[in-house]
Amino acid sequence: MDHDHAREREMQCIQEWPPACTATCPVHVDARGMIASIVKGDYAAAFAIFHKAVPFPSIISRICNHPCQVACKRIEVGEAIMINALEKACADYSERPARKKSFVSKKDKRVAVIGAGLSGLTAAFDLASKGYMIEIFEAKERIGGRVRDSDERILSRQAIDDDLSVLEIVGVTIHCNSQVSNNGGIPFGSILEGFDAIYLGPGPVSIESLRLDLALNPDGHIEIAPTTYATSDNKVFSGGSHRYSPSRYSPISSMSDGRLAAVSIDRFLQGASLTAGRDLEGSYKTKLYTSTKGIEPLHAVPMADRTKGYTQEEAANEARRCLNCQCLECVKVCEYLAHYGSYPKRYVREIYNNDSIIMGMHQSNCMVNTCALCSLCETVCPVSLNMADICLDARQSMVKKGKMPPSAHDFALRDMAFSNSEAFLLSRHQPGFSTSKSIFYPGCQLSASSPGQVAKAYGYLRQNISGGVGLMLGCCGAPAEWAGEKDLMEKTMGAFAKEWRQMGSPRIITACSSCYRVFKDFLKDAEVETLWSILAVHQLPQSEQKTMSKEFAVHDTCSTRYDESIQDNIRCILGKLGVQVTELNDNRHLTTCCSYGGLMSFANSEVAEKVVRRRIGESDIDYVTYCAMCRDNFSARGKRALHILDLIWAPDERDPAARKGPGFSDRHENRAKLKTQLLREVWEEKVADEEKALELYIDTEMRVLMEKRMILAEDVQKVISHAESTGEKIIDSATGHLIAHYKPVSVTYWVEYATHGSGFTIHNTYSHRMELIEGTTK
Amino acid sequence: MSGEKNLLPEPKLTCEKCKIQMSLGKVTVSYLGSEFPIELLRCPSCGTVFVPEELATGKMLQVEQALEDK
Repeated sequence: MDHDHAREREMQCIQEWPPACTATCPVHVDARGMIASIVKGDYAAAFAIFHKAVPFPSIISRICNHPCQVACKRIEVGEAIMINALEKACADYSERPARKKSFVSKKDKRVAVIGAGLSGLTAAFDLASKGYMIEIFEAKERIGGRVRDSDERILSRQAIDDDLSVLEIVGVTIHCNSQVSNNGGIPFGSILEGFDAIYLGPGPVSIESLRLDLALNPDGHIEIAPTTYATSDNKVFSGGSHRYSPSRYSPISSMSDGRLAAVSIDRFLQGASLTAGRDLEGSYKTKLYTSTKGIEPLHAVPMADRTKGYTQEEAANEARRCLNCQCLECVKVCEYLAHYGSYPKRYVREIYNNDSIIMGMHQSNCMVNTCALCSLCETVCPVSLNMADICLDARQSMVKKGKMPPSAHDFALRDMAFSNSEAFLLSRHQPGFSTSKSIFYPGCQLSASSPGQVAKAYGYLRQNISGGVGLMLGCCGAPAEWAGEKDLMEKTMGAFAKEWRQMGSPRIITACSSCYRVFKDFLKDAEVETLWSILAVHQLPQSEQKTMSKEFAVHDTCSTRYDESIQDNIRCILGKLGVQVTELNDNRHLTTCCSYGGLMSFANSEVAEKVVRRRIGESDIDYVTYCAMCRDNFSARGKRALHILDLIWAPDERDPAARKGPGFSDRHENRAKLKTQLLREVWEEKVADEEKALELYIDTEMRVLMEKRMILAEDVQKVISHAESTGEKIIDSATGHLIAHYKPVSVTYWVEYATHGSGFTIHNTYSHRMELIEGTTK
Repeated sequence: MSGEKNLLPEPKLTCEKCKIQMSLGKVTVSYLGSEFPIELLRCPSCGTVFVPEELATGKMLQVEQALEDK
């Protein structure tokens, strides 16, 4: 994985952007965090959050012009959260800890602050907190500026004095009745000479009358550089309400001006860049997306007494209206992303770290291998971040470095190898044709799950499609792609392509969405269609339907989530069948994986279970799918589900919607039998019966265990064959059972069995990958 | 896994090929380049061993997974 690429993806995730209230607030009060603490009744924590951004909390909590509330997402569903009133509740209901004296080391630089309004006081506080020697020059007899013009009933003089007393604690020297001007009072020139830097916050006075030798703009205000607050004199910085017309007085903007000018002064005095990395200072627009879909609209909680503000109970109720803005759009729809308790920004970092680690444990291997690669995250993400790309990239990298856990995909890849072995592999022109205009490629899983339907569908195609419809059986290579086995995928596709070209490069008609996706992505020159587009335009066979439910909810396949025409074809077929279609909430491009995709169910059965349970819980109506794996995964958990072909060619079962799909062993057998059946019935070829396999007696309980342990009947047969032919077996005298083991390739299988007539009863089976070094110490 | 002993009562197992009762002995198991000595029931004559189910699906699996993530 490329570091820059990973970094880029990580940055793409917007979840860690602040909520709109915080981004809009010029000093970035973490209102979301503050409100969360109020909900918990923890006013001390809430106040601490507020105070961290605001040095004068009593003042701001009473007179802030709260631009945050204009940006509040709650407006979309009710009214904005009364953030300022909640700030006041924090200031009122928290016991304020006594401010400790700062132990910041003193700096030898002196800064003069001219004007003791909110901007000057904030600049003074921030710079003093950094250790600078600060002197304030205020023309009036008291500091506070316009704050002192506030309505006493809203902001008491005592509260102002309490807030401003902090300046003394941080060691600021205050000179009141000290007008600085070149027009009487202390000459500006002497301040320029006596200090290393100056902050000028003169408030709403006539700047011209002060004659400060600074460049003015056409409005008669001091010319101030945006971002840096620098003036025409490089040691003088300026901000505050004099910049604006009196009607636009904004206490919080004044405070922000003082703070940001102080940042510039600090940088100036340290010889650092005044402009670097300041993009997100002051008020800005956040990239955080928050959906308000489905949220109950709520009005603001009223105050019993407006002059006193919220009671604690009212404040708690108001705080509970906060949406706690998050994005998490992908996490909300994906059990896999939710399972690991975080979100893609963190996941991308973890996956990248997992990939680049040289020594130590690869903690995120399982997470990387669990993703269904279904791309639903990308579909719902406001910035289209796709975890599937990231996980697939990581898997490919693991395989390349030899770091892919051997057990992760071994079983699925052996299943694929079986499908691409002589047992199933087949390509034939239609009987009576020497060329094929089309071929039918049913896919390995439909063939495993519903071989009878495949045979019928092929018959239908031969009858309805002209120019010869050949047949190709095999596996398209999707498991190799999902496993990150790039070379194996290419080899598999190469072998298919060679065979397909020998068939004359015919149009491919597939009945599997994964095959469809693979051919579209890896065999660019092929014309690929689904069986569904054929069935949608041709007359359907005479319905063989038995008494089946007529209402179904359609489950769309995840691998064709963006192929609207396929989804339309399915609905068209269902319409022709007279089925009443119910749409699931998350349908078409928003559909979810059944847990087979990306080999999730092999890598992490716990998450796979959550994924499939969530999907089947969406509706009580029977589902209809057009992917055999989806149907089998649903029915395995007791969800009634049909494959669409079950509606066209009714299976023999009395209640096919309740049919459990075949186990892993039977899937192999069904594929092999399908090939034999078609060769005999369609091509009238003589096919020798398979060598009679050992007769095994496996009860239901044992079959369930074998499925869970991913042990096939053919593995058990190999063990017994080996034991019986070599005599290498153990007898348990307590039970009389025989115990044997055998390692065909990389897994050692153990079988406990007993003879049963000419066959064998299986009492237990298990496996391990660890190798036994036997017979070494005779 | 080193020195691991199976605490369950040892089944009476006999090597069918050698007709000899199996007894505890040192065996080496290996995975992904790591080797571990372990005590297992083995045939004193031909050396064939018995891995109990609890070991294969328990400790052995854990060690396999840990080594796979190394």
